[in-house]
Amino acid sequence: MKYFDDINVGDRIALGTHTFTAEDIKAFARQYDPQPFHMDETAAAQSHFGALCASGWHTIAAWMNLRVQYGKREDAERAARGEVIARLGPSPGFRELKWIKPVYVGDTISYASEVVEKRVTRSRPGWGIIFAKNTGTNQKGELVMSFIGSGFVERRPGAA
Amino acid sequence: MPKYYLEDFSTDWTAEYGPRRVTREEIISFAAQFDPQPMHLDEEAARHTMLGGLGASGWHTCCIMMKMIADGLLLDTASMGAPGIDEVKWLKPIRPGDSLTVRGSVTAVRASQSKPDRGFVTFLWEVFNDRGEKAMTLLCPQMVQRRRPGAAA
Repeated sequence: MKYFDDINVGDRIALGTHTFTAEDIKAFARQYDPQPFHMDETAAAQSHFGALCASGWHTIAAWMNLRVQYGKREDAERAARGEVIARLGPSPGFRELKWIKPVYVGDTISYASEVVEKRVTRSRPGWGIIFAKNTGTNQKGELVMSFIGSGFVERRPGAA
Repeated sequence: MPKYYLEDFSTDWTAEYGPRRVTREEIISFAAQFDPQPMHLDEEAARHTMLGGLGASGWHTCCIMMKMIADGLLLDTASMGAPGIDEVKWLKPIRPGDSLTVRGSVTAVRASQSKPDRGFVTFLWEVFNDRGEKAMTLLCPQMVQRRRPGAAA
């Protein structure tokens, strides 16, 4: 992770893709979101979705995993170049989450993240909060989900 | 057949679900699959983070809450899913062994302007731990079928 002070509004990263299988969709739904249209092909066909589709939480969990994996690759590259790795804190929350299109069996979602706002915080000296608009786009180029996430990022020592 | 339709919700509606105990194993298992950061995976590494100890991924808390409200309400409701979430606040970390209670209230009910068979119920869900601390809030419009399509909601 870069320091808070080295991150700029407009910075955009491509996080990679995830393909949703029927088995994964149903396994996730059984554990966390057992609504019929996420659990069963026949019930889903009769619902307004028309076919089995992933829980919206599943679509986002796949984003989170790719975001963490991206951060690990970035940190490894920074370490290889002998650069300091800034610490990443937890997230205070998110807003404006939109599940725009269903994610169906076999869909491949490409995820991206773009910094939209940065804010220093009085309550946590040495840390700032980065806000990013995170998106998922299917193989037809349709936006399927977006939200504005946030997370604490360490400030460059002496910057604050 | 669903028990609850749009007409059954009003701003007087409240509910409570739980308690639901969260184990160390499931915190680590969810994190390993979806949010593999040290603060969610490893007690010793987590101690050196802002969380000060192992805490569940916030997305895990959302998913646990989702299952609780699905079992408690949505599976008996003519629910058509949610178009999104207005806002989530992660206020306190969820620790291994915490027992979670979800309290729900309704902030708004409205009929869809374009589709006469449905409407939207906006729920405020609040997740409390067994120390009485509010750990998460979630504000979410839920799409729900009308019992009598086209009738005044």
